[in-house]
Amino acid sequence: MSTLISVRNLIRYYGEHCAVDNISFELEAGDILGFLGPNGAGKSTTMQILSGNLAPSAGEIRINNIDLLDDPRAAKRALGYLPEQPPVYKELSVDEYLHYCAQLHRIPRAAIGQAVGLAKQRCGLSQSGRRLIGNLSKGYQQRVGIAQAIVHSPEVIVLDEPTVGLDPIQIREIRDLIIELGKTHGIILSTHILPEVQALCNRVQIINRGRLVFAADMSELLQKQETGIFEVAFARAPSLEIINQLPYVTRASSSDYGRFVLHTQRISAEQIAKDAVANDWGLLRLVPTQRTLEQVFVELMLADNSSADTDSESETVENAA
Amino acid sequence: MMIFTIALRECRSMFLSPLAWTVLAVVQLILAWMFFTQIDAFFEIQSQLTTLPNAPGVVDLVVAPMFQVASIILLMVVPLLTMRLISEERRNGTLSLLLSAPVNNTEIVLGKYLGIVLFMFLFVLMISLMPLSLLMGSSLDLGKLFAGLLSLFLLLSAFSAAGLYMSSLTTSPVIAAVSSFGLLLLLWILERGGDHADSVTSYLSMLNHFAPMQRGIIDTADLAYFALFIVVFVTLTIRQMDSQRLQS
Repeated sequence: MSTLISVRNLIRYYGEHCAVDNISFELEAGDILGFLGPNGAGKSTTMQILSGNLAPSAGEIRINNIDLLDDPRAAKRALGYLPEQPPVYKELSVDEYLHYCAQLHRIPRAAIGQAVGLAKQRCGLSQSGRRLIGNLSKGYQQRVGIAQAIVHSPEVIVLDEPTVGLDPIQIREIRDLIIELGKTHGIILSTHILPEVQALCNRVQIINRGRLVFAADMSELLQKQETGIFEVAFARAPSLEIINQLPYVTRASSSDYGRFVLHTQRISAEQIAKDAVANDWGLLRLVPTQRTLEQVFVELMLADNSSADTDSESETVENAA
Repeated sequence: MMIFTIALRECRSMFLSPLAWTVLAVVQLILAWMFFTQIDAFFEIQSQLTTLPNAPGVVDLVVAPMFQVASIILLMVVPLLTMRLISEERRNGTLSLLLSAPVNNTEIVLGKYLGIVLFMFLFVLMISLMPLSLLMGSSLDLGKLFAGLLSLFLLLSAFSAAGLYMSSLTTSPVIAAVSSFGLLLLLWILERGGDHADSVTSYLSMLNHFAPMQRGIIDTADLAYFALFIVVFVTLTIRQMDSQRLQS
């Protein structure tokens, strides 16, 4: 596994406002990294910096082991970028446009036709080559935007909100395409749609007010969904006291038909099942209550915002002292 | 290499917009009317001219006035052609295609400038067709005609450089057009502000460098003026693009 992108201590100011505050992360080959955050958190700014559209105020960016600031030309060749708005010329046909993109990325003249053909095929545009981009639907324009980002088969693809404004069927098609691309490229994907991250990414990063508040594998984010609360039902239900005496149960309540709600200290679905079998309670139902991804997200945001607030409070206290 | 790729595409998409075609057609129509009336006037005084020693020829009496009118019309029209160069790409977000491709700002700006200059070259070529048609029935002072065409081309190139810069300053094509028109008009009439022939304002005035060439005098000072004018505005545009990467 090679590191495709490494970002260190990236900082970007817009005047006084700090849009990106000391972000560091890496992207390995074969990763699909989801970049999550509320609007205005600094997602697009980070992506624009990665693609060389904006200069960072401080920090180091290496793409495919080439420093973006020292050798932008070589670094940009390893990168395909789809901005929020697909950068398509509406007066050109799909073929003309992709040819131009291929030329801009210095693909040798002899190889251009093949590269354009492949990009069109992967994005489902094979039938639309001669149509004017301005006459295509939003979903197809988005596909042309993605084709533009992959025509020079870059090592890294940066997609900024690729499914915004598409209908559900188009969203599914674009997602399938991204998963397909993820097999051969490293992908960074920004979005504020949580199910999209769950469906596509194997790593997640959450950014809030310019700072990384969470960065981990997808499985870790899913673990955060666990609450330690289980809904169980038994055919031969024991009394509530017996349940309460189980070592891992902190609190239990019963309802009708042998149903219980167990609050446990740690994740112990396996243990509950074992005990049920050992005591021959006749386990009918064992459902872990999960927080939705939205709840996890909101919690992370709130935790970050409140910590920022206490920071500023302590500052004011210090100032007063 | 990349410069020419960008230039060719820029020039081609000029012809994909109805605006460029309309501008070409309207200018051609007005100039044709101008040309026609000048020819008419020339026929009326032709008999008297034969009596004069060293009389002015067709180029002086027909082509030069037509080019003078052309320069004024183009002063108003070029900002309309250059306004979209950068501002509209910025507004539509297509500029990021160029910015994230492996080309630098110098290549982008030079490419765009060469593209519009290529278009202007075709424009001058079209304008030259009417005077050249006179060759069928008369002889022309080709040297003077060439000087006139060269001056027109240099003027258009200079206008384009200023328009390109104005287009890089804003995301609104209309603002770019109005401000480049204002700038060009100001530079055009500067001469009237200065009392002395050798004042700074009269040196800066574009008209003072354009007019001698119209009379067939190609002066290196005038060529240098246009070259400097172009270099200054193209460089300013590149600087502007660089600083927008840092600021916006």
